[in-house]
Amino acid sequence: MSPALIAILPFLGALLPGLMVRSGRSAAAIACGAVTAFAALGLLLHIPAVLAGEVATARLSWMPQIGLNADFMLDGLGLLFGILILGIGLLITLYARFYLSERDPAGPFLTYLMLFQGAMTGIVLSDNILMMLVFWELTSLSSFLLIGFWKHLPEGRQGARMALTVTATGGLAMIAGCLMLGQVAGSYRLSEIIAQREAIQGSALYLPALLLILLGAFTKSAQFPFHFWLPRAMAAPTPVSAYLHSATMVKAGIFLMARLWPVLAGTPEWFWIVATTGLATMLVGGVIALFQDDLKGLLAYSTVSHLGLITMLLGFGTEAAATAAMFHIIAHATFKAALFMGAGIIDHGTHTRSIRQLGGLRSLMPLTFGLILVAALSMAGIPPFNGFLSKEMMLEQAAHQGETGAGWIIGALATLAALVSVAYSLRLVAHVFLGPARDDYPHAPHDPGPGLWAGPALLVGLVVVTGLFPNAMLGWLVAAAAAAVTQAPQHPHFALWHGLTPALAMSALAILGGILLLRHWHAAEALRRHLPRPDAKRIFDATERVIARIARGFTESFTNGSMSRALSLLMLTCVICGVAAWHTGLARPDLRPMLPVTPVALMGWVLMLVATGTMVALHRRRILALVLVGIVGLIVSCTFVYFSAPDLALTQITVEVVTVILMLLALNFLPKRTALDTGNVKRGADAFVATLAGLGVGILTYAILRRDFAFPSIAGYMVENSYKLGGGDNVVNVILVDFRGFDTYGEITVLGIAGLAIFAMTEALLRGRASARLRAWVGDMRRAGDRHPLMLVVVTRVLMPLSLVVGLFIFLRGHNAPGGGFIAGLVVSVALVMQYMASGYAWAMARQNIPYHALIGLGVLAAGITGAGAWFAGMPFLTSAYGYVHLWGVEPVEWATAMGFDTGVFLAVVGAVMLALNSLSRIARAAGQDGAPSGTPQKGSR
Amino acid sequence: MEFLLASAIGCLTAAGVYLTLRKRSFAVVLGMTMLSYATNLFLFATGRLVVDRPPILQDGVAGYTDPIPQALVLTAIVISFGMTALVVMMALGAFVEGGDDRIDLPRRDRKGPGA
Repeated sequence: MSPALIAILPFLGALLPGLMVRSGRSAAAIACGAVTAFAALGLLLHIPAVLAGEVATARLSWMPQIGLNADFMLDGLGLLFGILILGIGLLITLYARFYLSERDPAGPFLTYLMLFQGAMTGIVLSDNILMMLVFWELTSLSSFLLIGFWKHLPEGRQGARMALTVTATGGLAMIAGCLMLGQVAGSYRLSEIIAQREAIQGSALYLPALLLILLGAFTKSAQFPFHFWLPRAMAAPTPVSAYLHSATMVKAGIFLMARLWPVLAGTPEWFWIVATTGLATMLVGGVIALFQDDLKGLLAYSTVSHLGLITMLLGFGTEAAATAAMFHIIAHATFKAALFMGAGIIDHGTHTRSIRQLGGLRSLMPLTFGLILVAALSMAGIPPFNGFLSKEMMLEQAAHQGETGAGWIIGALATLAALVSVAYSLRLVAHVFLGPARDDYPHAPHDPGPGLWAGPALLVGLVVVTGLFPNAMLGWLVAAAAAAVTQAPQHPHFALWHGLTPALAMSALAILGGILLLRHWHAAEALRRHLPRPDAKRIFDATERVIARIARGFTESFTNGSMSRALSLLMLTCVICGVAAWHTGLARPDLRPMLPVTPVALMGWVLMLVATGTMVALHRRRILALVLVGIVGLIVSCTFVYFSAPDLALTQITVEVVTVILMLLALNFLPKRTALDTGNVKRGADAFVATLAGLGVGILTYAILRRDFAFPSIAGYMVENSYKLGGGDNVVNVILVDFRGFDTYGEITVLGIAGLAIFAMTEALLRGRASARLRAWVGDMRRAGDRHPLMLVVVTRVLMPLSLVVGLFIFLRGHNAPGGGFIAGLVVSVALVMQYMASGYAWAMARQNIPYHALIGLGVLAAGITGAGAWFAGMPFLTSAYGYVHLWGVEPVEWATAMGFDTGVFLAVVGAVMLALNSLSRIARAAGQDGAPSGTPQKGSR
Repeated sequence: MEFLLASAIGCLTAAGVYLTLRKRSFAVVLGMTMLSYATNLFLFATGRLVVDRPPILQDGVAGYTDPIPQALVLTAIVISFGMTALVVMMALGAFVEGGDDRIDLPRRDRKGPGA
């Protein structure tokens, strides 16, 4: 199976719960499990090839211009992580099916889980560092949904937010680091980047890139001092903790360090930063874990500690240490997932996770005791379990660091961390299961059904088997993964007995010391109570508050609720940016000759300025202002005619009519005068801003008009090919329906959405609180005596067919002469609206009951189908064809597929315009302003 | 001629900006209409001014004006109608619901300076 398919399968699986959940949670869980199993099978089939040293790849071009491609690869490291992610994912799906209660929505949970699984699989199988970043962010987002799954718990919501904040901040840093890495390597392909060790380590960008990438990895893998989010995330349902915080999400940072190990490791910077952080994390996490009261809290901090262990091993930078890290990744995933699931079982059985309330469960939950005992002993590093092997290797590597100049101190601290680890692991067993049985458990403890214990049992089995037969069970996988990390063949050999080595002595010391420490746990706990403990959550919250306050202060100083203030600032910013751009950019000299001023143009200019000025001066008298706006619109149309744009003129003039009607209808309900509520200063300031903006636009326009095109225009192509490719003489129309048809398609869709939004608002007005107010509406103007004057009625009714014919004519000629779907749509709308105005809403509705929203849909659909028709001819979307029909006795008639598209445009425009006007009319009718007084039935005709 | 058009566009912009800075919804709608005129004319002007050469293919005609800005502006005109209609509707809805056509957040709901 292609690695790309393996990574995509979980995403496809994420769709299944939504479809299946009605058939019950079992069906949904089985569906998800089947997809996971299928992906896992695909992964396992690659094992022979990967062991032979091959790397399976899949390449898909995505955005090759920026180096972002969907490249996948499957090598030993990817295989190891893939097996962990999909294998444990399978067990978690089973466990979650039985863990979640009836009230928990299983569908969304499984969907989030599959999304997360897909994102993780994507990370480990990516061969493109940019795509890996996409998956990386996806894990942050999907884990946010999972951690905060129990939305009713405040801790869950806070924990999820904290996890997202910390990991996403690190993710941002990592994006910068990875981009630097890609810049230095000259490629964003991971397999090419990791082959360039010398180039990257010799670059000046090495240190910044290293720091940024490590920031991302450390936050994700909860390394000190970013470890605090992980325990807070324990508010999640236990399956999530078991999955995210044992095997997967927190291992993503480890994975990244391992993946980039060939190019980043081996320098002193790497050693000091990574190994020191790892060591500190191992110690700090272990010590905090020892004193946790919450069962999952203990496991969370122990996870922090073990992640520190793996980080330290990677930080050592030696091949043997990297191999040991690979082994411990597997060991930790097995025993920690089992422990988390065991903690969930205890929680399920006793309804508490507080260790203080537990104890003596050995005889009450014998099965759980057995499982947790083995897993905890492995975590403590007691032979013969797999945890012992990895701890031995860790101590051996730490002991060897004496040669690197760090002296014996690393060895000593590592032994101390191991000692603490023994203590907290044994405490988990001793304080929960040993001792006398109590009679005050919140709930009578009992062992669970097989659905809950099967998963951890399998993992515990693996803990034992891989501990006893490490070479047979894991040797091949660790060898393959270590080879991928170190880029050199590795032949690790694991043995429970190495002879009398320093590591064995350190291990024995750790075990004895750990037991001793546990014996004096209460004394240590008392001592710890006296020591100051920094509360990470309080520090985090304080930091967050400060940042939020700064952001809020900044935002609110610009937008405080006054629209005018926000807009003035926006305008000023635009002007300032424009001036800055003008001064820093390059402008050609103004060489383009000016056209002579004609008397007609001068008259138009004067008219325009007078109309605009009067409009602004009298804008508070609204009806008058509307008339003046109409005049301005008319002159704009004339301007279009004058400067060779007949299509624009036609569109502008029809839109003008429709707009003025619309505003008049709206004014019916609005005050007819604008109250004066700004002082002279405010008006002066606004006038100043407006003058600046006007000057800026005017100067810019003049500057553009006096210069020739900076780049050769593509207009020539359009003009030349308008007839050849589009079959039309009207180049503007051909551009609209053919060359830029996709754009037009988007625009009629937007227009349709605007129409539907207006319709929805009208519905809300007519149905909601406002409807009572509307019904009791009293007009503020005297009404005309004759609401539907006879002359107007007769004229509009006669004009109606004529207007429709004109609309049809404009539509048909559009391809070759000024006209087209947009203009025809507007003309027809005006014809229809005239009937509303003259004869009244009720009369018009009785005769033209057209569902306008359907018209919009039909239009968009018609345009889409016409465009898709090109596919059948093997052409791209919206390619047009044309030809001629020869009828006897008439000139040849041209047909073009663009007509279909233009019909769509026509319908969408008519639908949207009419829906808007119709909505206003309905409001007027609801207010009882259409003929009969409200409350009495409409007569339907005048 | 270029100066006439540029100054007219500047005037329309200034009028539009001034009206959008008013505090009542209808004035803002008028201002946005004026701004639409200015923007459409500006976009159209980027094709430079050409007289008597419409982009409609005819035999024996030497040159045509740039059709691309025209196609852009044509859809822009229709879209700006859609936008105006939406804003008018919102203004109407707000007035009917709230009995007031002020556009600012009421002073008691504001935060930050000027509250």
